[in-house]
Amino acid sequence: MLAPVIHILPMTTILRQRLLPSVGRVLVRLNQKVAPLDVVAETNLGKEHILVDIACLLGISPDKADQLIRCRVGERLTSKQLIAQLPGLISHSVSSPKDGRVVAVGGGQVLLKIGDPVFELRAGLPGTITRVIPERGVDITAHGTLIQGIWGNNRVDMGLMLPVPQLNSPRDVLEADKLDISLRGSILIAGHCSDPHALQVADELPLRGLILGSISPELLPIAENLHFPIMVTDGFGHHPMNAVAFKLLISNTKQEVALNSTSYDRYTGSRPEIFIPLPAAQPPQLAQDSVEFSNGQQVRIRRNPNMFEVGTLTNLRSGLSEFPSGLYLPAADVLLESGQKVVVPLVNLEILG
Amino acid sequence: MPSSLIDADSVLAVDVGSCTTRAMLFDVVEGGYRFIAVGQAPTSAMAPVKDVGEGVVRAIENLQETTGRLFLDSNRSLIIPTKDGVGIDSFVATISAGPAIKTVIVGLLDEVSLQSVNRLACSTYANVVDNIGVNDPRKPEEQIDSILHLEPDLILIAGGTNDGAIKSVQKKIDIIGLACFLMSAENRPTVLFVGNQAVAKDVTESLSSLTSSLNISPNIRPSLDVEDIQPASYKLANTFMQIRRNKLGGVEKLASWANGNLLPTAYAQGRMIRFMSQTYKSKGILGVDVGASATTIASGFQGELALGVYPQFGLGENLSDLLRYTSLDDILRWLPLDIPANNVRDYLYQKSVYPDSIPVTIEDMAIEQAITRQVLRLAIETANKEIPANFQRPSSGGFPYFEPILVSGSAITNAATIGQGLLMILDGIQPVGTTTIVLDQNHLLPGMGAAAGINPILPVQIIESGAFMGLASLVAPISNVRLGTPILRGRLVTKEGTETKFEINQGTLDVLPLLGGQSGQLFLEPLHRSDVGFGPGHSGEVQVSGTQIGVVIDARGRPIQLSKENGRRFEMNKKWIWTLGG
Repeated sequence: MLAPVIHILPMTTILRQRLLPSVGRVLVRLNQKVAPLDVVAETNLGKEHILVDIACLLGISPDKADQLIRCRVGERLTSKQLIAQLPGLISHSVSSPKDGRVVAVGGGQVLLKIGDPVFELRAGLPGTITRVIPERGVDITAHGTLIQGIWGNNRVDMGLMLPVPQLNSPRDVLEADKLDISLRGSILIAGHCSDPHALQVADELPLRGLILGSISPELLPIAENLHFPIMVTDGFGHHPMNAVAFKLLISNTKQEVALNSTSYDRYTGSRPEIFIPLPAAQPPQLAQDSVEFSNGQQVRIRRNPNMFEVGTLTNLRSGLSEFPSGLYLPAADVLLESGQKVVVPLVNLEILG
Repeated sequence: MPSSLIDADSVLAVDVGSCTTRAMLFDVVEGGYRFIAVGQAPTSAMAPVKDVGEGVVRAIENLQETTGRLFLDSNRSLIIPTKDGVGIDSFVATISAGPAIKTVIVGLLDEVSLQSVNRLACSTYANVVDNIGVNDPRKPEEQIDSILHLEPDLILIAGGTNDGAIKSVQKKIDIIGLACFLMSAENRPTVLFVGNQAVAKDVTESLSSLTSSLNISPNIRPSLDVEDIQPASYKLANTFMQIRRNKLGGVEKLASWANGNLLPTAYAQGRMIRFMSQTYKSKGILGVDVGASATTIASGFQGELALGVYPQFGLGENLSDLLRYTSLDDILRWLPLDIPANNVRDYLYQKSVYPDSIPVTIEDMAIEQAITRQVLRLAIETANKEIPANFQRPSSGGFPYFEPILVSGSAITNAATIGQGLLMILDGIQPVGTTTIVLDQNHLLPGMGAAAGINPILPVQIIESGAFMGLASLVAPISNVRLGTPILRGRLVTKEGTETKFEINQGTLDVLPLLGGQSGQLFLEPLHRSDVGFGPGHSGEVQVSGTQIGVVIDARGRPIQLSKENGRRFEMNKKWIWTLGG
């Protein structure tokens, strides 16, 4: 059976494709080194328009209005600039209501694009441009530590990673009174957060990022609107962070890390992730996205009981195993880090690798 | 090239669900089609595979192991048609996997074309993100900006009766055209026009070069008082498949294996319900599928179909949004155990990340089943508003009578016991009158529906072959008397002559044993003007066949009255599960 994989790796090579939502300009070149906040490509994403109905405003037919329109597609107009004029004893005219660019003319109407907001595509991680996709984006390759999560609020930043003060275990909670000015600009690690006030204080400091093992679902609307990236490694509710991710994060504190808290999408495979760049004499293997279940794999349990605990798959059971819920399912024996042996349905396991 | 299904023997039907891909084998045994076996594998539409083909091949390989037959060659390609005893004669497929299609609906009047086009959108896996009509208070440019911002996969345009409004429709077409013109070519949506046919030529001229694909279908509102969704529904099914082919890996190859016989799962299920409704003529027939991608409610009556596909009520990735449509309390009321509300809320979010995960503990199973009941309840209440008035209903109104009720969906068919499955159905659907609850435990209906388009014999023979599980014969009286008051007296006389007398009180759930293979006559005498489908206070008799659980009498009221006191409610929920066999 194909096993889902989530990456929690001390040293690996990753390749990430960054693509614009529509055709635009790539701003970097092949083999160029980039930082997470570097803009690698950009496009104009103007989505605000004004339709000026010349025919209607002048009370004439669309065909006649078309003959009177003085602007062309692509032309930039300033506010109150003349668009069309009906000659006569008492002349009537139509002017541009705002600054804008003409994007369509016809049928007695003029469509203006207001403003020209530029969408900037950021690298999201420190690495090297290994492929340029003309007008669309780039591939970035990097070596280092990778820890993926299951929820993110769609932000990118980089900063010094620190544990929340007095963090002793993956169960420890983020509380507002633990946050002070000395943490400004850092990316903090905590086990869990269920206090909206703690998130607000973190935003006011501000932090550069927050890594949580779990979060209470009622905090998600707040978390989505914070200015810094938040990544949740394991899930929702009050649970400790999985031990492997916790150890790896703690062992890398005081390092510069890149946090890309892109939202999880099971179809595209995009996930929030922390990347810690490390030098590699010999490039390590690319992180594998797809494997079959087999003995010896490190696995994480994604449902109760033992939710988010990590262990080693010791035996793929033949046939079906019975569970307390009354269901019979294909399953595996898993030896937890605590030394406890449990039987887990295969569908409730994912490979850490 | 695959051979025609008309003279084919074996048929392989694949259904690609949001979590599970199933390969079902139908073959001729003793002169008639029979369901032979099913193979399953996890669906592979998602990352990292991003190709439905892997899951399809693995499901077929699983079927090969079960049957000992060979359908794939050494390159894992389908052997079609059968050659030297290996392969398959015909192949059909259905698909529900993939995110709901982001859809903008466009029409003229809210109560006319917009309502009809919304109903059309609800017949497939669509998420309606905006609607644009003549009474829309937004300026045209704001409507354009909304479309640009939403980046829909599909725009459904209705409006104007035939020989009716032209100018108003053209104005809407201009808006859509401008919005599409402003999008980059690769992001342009597919457009399906189902409005005034007098404008169809203009629509083609205006939009064909500005859309990913443009389809025209007959007007869904040919006149003000006539709505005809069926032809457009078929076109929409094809449009859905076009979008899936463009956006989901492996669907193109699946379509080539199926030689065009590839349909949305819900459409194929609806086709079967409509087909069966031509046979069961006295009442409507109800098909319910509680899936990860959507809950589908198909109700058919004398060949007429009302199909509702509700991605917002799916048991998969959309669960994190469920609390937009219901309250936690409405889920908690179905629990037989004292489980904190926070745990249920966390469960919804966790399950939305891992839709394919399965409850292992008793508590998780209780939460999963409570959510299933509520999701089903929501879907039924939504669908009930769309069921045409000609469906026979109790005189007091409410949900129509159906016979039978055909149910599928892993949460129900894979429940730990059939009693748990039945209780979810009774609580979620809350059927009325007398009916039979049938389980499609192998999810055969969509495959049969896909095959039916070119081989109408197959579904008829499969239905007659007993491929579905008769779960219970049901009597559900409607009465508004106080709890504990007798509302139904009756007797069950088996074919062998055994007689069982009973009296049922308001608020109770009871079972009369009548096992598979047995049959009997049920004589019903309603008390206090209760209604079992013959009218208030009217007596009658019905023939019943043996089922897995027997004759279930559900006198718990409609809607079911649940105690507000936690302890009492837990006790009642446990008692009802125990009554149905645990």
